[in-house]
Amino acid sequence: MIAQVTTLGRLGIKLLRDYGKAGILLFSAICYPPNIRKGLPLVFQQIYAEGVLSLLIIMVSGLFIGMVVALQGYHTLVKFGASQQLGPLVALSVVRELGPVVTALLFAGRAGSALTAEIGLMKATEQLSSMEMMAVDPIRRVISPRLWGGFISMPILTIIFNTVAIYGAYLVGVKWLGLDAGAFWSNTQSSVDFQEDILKGIYKSIVFGLVVTWIALYQGYHSMPTSAGISNATTRTVVYASLSILGLDFVLTAMMIGGW
Amino acid sequence: MDNLVEINHLHFSRNDRPIFRGVDIVIPRGKITAIMGPSGSGKTTLLQLIGGQLTPSKGQVIAAGKNVHNLSNNELYTLRKRMGMLFQSGGLFSHLDVFENVAFPLREHTNLSDEMIRSLVLLKLQMVGLRGARHLMPSELSGGMSRRVALARAIALDPDLIMYDEPLSGQDPITMGVLLKLMRTLNDALGLTTIVVSHDVQEILTIADHVYVIAEGKLIGKGSANLINEDGSPQLQQFLNGWPDGPVPFHYKAVSLEQDILERSGL
Amino acid sequence: MLSQRTIETCVGLFLLAGILSLIILAFKVSGLTSFFKKEGYYITAQFDDIGQLKKRAPIKMGGVTIGEVTNIHLDRSDYRAIVTMRIDSRVNDIPDDSSASILTAGLLGDNYVAITPMYGSSYLKAGSVVSETHSAMILEKMIGQFLFNIDKSEKSKTGRGGMQ
Repeated sequence: MIAQVTTLGRLGIKLLRDYGKAGILLFSAICYPPNIRKGLPLVFQQIYAEGVLSLLIIMVSGLFIGMVVALQGYHTLVKFGASQQLGPLVALSVVRELGPVVTALLFAGRAGSALTAEIGLMKATEQLSSMEMMAVDPIRRVISPRLWGGFISMPILTIIFNTVAIYGAYLVGVKWLGLDAGAFWSNTQSSVDFQEDILKGIYKSIVFGLVVTWIALYQGYHSMPTSAGISNATTRTVVYASLSILGLDFVLTAMMIGGW
Repeated sequence: MDNLVEINHLHFSRNDRPIFRGVDIVIPRGKITAIMGPSGSGKTTLLQLIGGQLTPSKGQVIAAGKNVHNLSNNELYTLRKRMGMLFQSGGLFSHLDVFENVAFPLREHTNLSDEMIRSLVLLKLQMVGLRGARHLMPSELSGGMSRRVALARAIALDPDLIMYDEPLSGQDPITMGVLLKLMRTLNDALGLTTIVVSHDVQEILTIADHVYVIAEGKLIGKGSANLINEDGSPQLQQFLNGWPDGPVPFHYKAVSLEQDILERSGL
Repeated sequence: MLSQRTIETCVGLFLLAGILSLIILAFKVSGLTSFFKKEGYYITAQFDDIGQLKKRAPIKMGGVTIGEVTNIHLDRSDYRAIVTMRIDSRVNDIPDDSSASILTAGLLGDNYVAITPMYGSSYLKAGSVVSETHSAMILEKMIGQFLFNIDKSEKSKTGRGGMQ
């Protein structure tokens, strides 16, 4: 009995220490940003590696999701004679929920796991240690640019996802199912409010960007420096990031609907 | 100062396992000091303690007259610029080619022009014999070559102290010969102080001036390279001569053979 | 590793694509006409029952949206609902004896406030109170009334018949 309590206590303390380490990592990465002259090219490199290279998967997913939601939505709406509400249906679903959440999940899977593997590998081959011994702070040089890269890329990816998804719905609704284009756009415009829906979706994506990148960097930085350790860390990144995204989505939505 | 590094009464534990239990080491300036011992005796940890990456639980490490672990971050980084370290896996940056790897400390810590940096990098690469390989990527280098590049990078800022972590492990005889020659020549030509951590006993003894042997957290032998072979302790003799059985037993702890076999057949 | 110039160009294109998408979302999808929508003057009206009226419900005059509901709260003294509305500043010629009614958009739609203009000479301005209001039609009350009326007319018919 005592043994179980001790184990539980040790687990709790370990969890607390892990959160502390993660917090310290985030704090150092934010408070010691890369200096402007030498660091800005690094940040650009990371925006390229995380954002630009994720563009293809985001756009293709956006297109298909928009098309599927339009297709499914149409068949249900048509039973109520409300098929002209297809535009608002897709636009609101995408802009408020699907856009930020799906983009974040895809980002976690593609860019997040790549980040964790990269940092874990740098740790295992002692590149981070040699940087430290050469009096270069690895947090400033390696971790911080990647954090800023993810933080900046995510909202942009979300916006592009939203646009492509709504366009996909337009393709299905108007071009294929024969709805009226004018009605589609005017109904959408009257239902979607810029500040309430689009901006709040973007705020969500900013939060998600921070959390996903943070988790990916933490897992990579504190992974066991072996090949098994790196692969476990990569898996953990995707799992924890996905769960955090879905949980945070609920919390943020509740905060937003209830009024700040 | 006679000793570049002094280690006094060092105690260090990792995960409740004691690694060092009261170790005293002095590293004389300008000489090659070898630190040897069986696997797991904490030799790499010792280098990390000297470089300030780890903190001892008791005792002090004094480098160039300063207590390493009482320094502020900036002072620590200034101290580290005077140390070069060669890691066991080389530690080359995989996204930069050989030239950029060696140029990295120069670009980070100096404001030299590109031409100056180019000249310096080529000179360092010439010292290790890899000037012609300067545009290869680390993934294209053999183990020995990547260690030589890492060596060139470690001496890029002309440090006072250079530390090698298992430089010879897993290398073929020719590469071993090359690395040994480089370690000795660089130490004498550049006036460096060298610390070599290794368990390739016979090879290292050919170039070392002083030797320390650590086992189970304590020093079991120290002296000049010649004298140490004559030291009497059986533990030291087993290590230096590579005898398979002795104070470090051949058999892992287990019950007697008869008991094990009889148990299996249910008697 | 691509050269620094290529990377910066790609990142620049990426940012440009993002801004372009944002503009499309803003104007084509949400019909943003002006970003600073919060200008206008505020008026209030009291209703017995607001039905399903919610904040941000539109205020319409002749079917054209001229503002939105900004706040709904209960008057503690006479227990009626006070609705605060923001009217577009350009619509500053609503006669101050106009009436406000809560109507339903379509059969299953949301409630909105409709303002029917009258013939007064002075106009509503900031802080004005709309005096004449018609509350929302509550479906249950209507059905109750309908049944009551049917019952009454049935009774009066049979009553007459009964008395004959």
